[in-house]
Amino acid sequence: MTSILLAIVIGAAFGAVLDRIGATSPNWIVGMLTLRRLHLMKTILLAIGTGSILMFGGQMIGLVDVGHMSVKAAYIGVFIGGLLLGAGWAASGYCPGTGVAAAAAGRKDALFFIAGGLLGAATYMATYPAWKASGMLDDVAGGKVTLGTVPGSGYDGLTAISGDLLGIALGAVFVLVAFVLPDSLVGGGEGAEVPAE
Amino acid sequence: MTLNWKIGGLLLGTVFFAAVLLVKPIGVSTQFVILDGIIADAVNPGFITQTEEGYTSTNAYMAKSGGKYAANASNPLNYSFVFVLAMALGAFLSSRLRGGIDKLERAAPAIWRANFGDTPWKRYGVAFLGGFIVLYGARLAGGCTSGHMMSGMMQTSLSGYIFALGAFAAAIPTAMLMYKRG
Repeated sequence: MTSILLAIVIGAAFGAVLDRIGATSPNWIVGMLTLRRLHLMKTILLAIGTGSILMFGGQMIGLVDVGHMSVKAAYIGVFIGGLLLGAGWAASGYCPGTGVAAAAAGRKDALFFIAGGLLGAATYMATYPAWKASGMLDDVAGGKVTLGTVPGSGYDGLTAISGDLLGIALGAVFVLVAFVLPDSLVGGGEGAEVPAE
Repeated sequence: MTLNWKIGGLLLGTVFFAAVLLVKPIGVSTQFVILDGIIADAVNPGFITQTEEGYTSTNAYMAKSGGKYAANASNPLNYSFVFVLAMALGAFLSSRLRGGIDKLERAAPAIWRANFGDTPWKRYGVAFLGGFIVLYGARLAGGCTSGHMMSGMMQTSLSGYIFALGAFAAAIPTAMLMYKRG
């Protein structure tokens, strides 16, 4: 029961924050991906950096249970899947989480995104044996690995560097990049500027 | 209306941290598979079956890793599935509190209208196709923007970086080609 309560509290907070940072709006997503409005990119970079510093810092002082880490495997399909997701993300302006949140926020086109997503996931379920047989789901570079070695995590490190310190250092890099990244990398498109809602 | 990136980034980072502190890293795309499993089992009972050790399915993907997806689809009242429902609730409340989204914008976002005019059905088609590719890709990759990119890179996992590289390598040119205006 506790876990369901936590799911409700953390899930609701996540959905509300996604909505407030503009992630439920394809205007902000596409603006970021065309490099014209990097506001959301700065938000995301700062979030990854903040999360990383708090998590690894918390693990070092014993506040965070290192057993809560969950590292996904690296394999060729991660890159191919990333390419596919990226293309659909740019075309629709939604990713799985923000699509669901956007539909709940009142966007009708996001309902079509979810319907397409359910069919896409079902199609993957049907074609999974072929991917499995292709070897493209086989681990590369050790599979479930972190860049440094995190003591007690149960995951191997790609390098022997202290995973906690590396995590904090990389977190700081994400924060720094968020600050130095300009608001836009390319000029506005032709025609009228789209007001971000 | 949209939060300043410094406040928004701190809030979002805190939510990702709170998830790891209290339970586990945030992820969303697996729940599309769980909902598919629930639907498939409702339409075709026997899609998921209970075994002595747990659950299994006639679908190899649902049955993999000791049938954990099959088990979750059989018991939707689990953390990860409720998390996604709660995420929708949070976004709904947030949207209501800021006054909702206007009618034109609800059908097709401004950036779509700036490039393709007032063509909601074309927009729905692209959103549907986009959703298809996004979830097919996310399942092939084993995670999405939340699980791989945010939670993954936050944990310094190699796979998160590989995923982000692929996602942006395709997303940036696609967005630039499709949306020349706005």
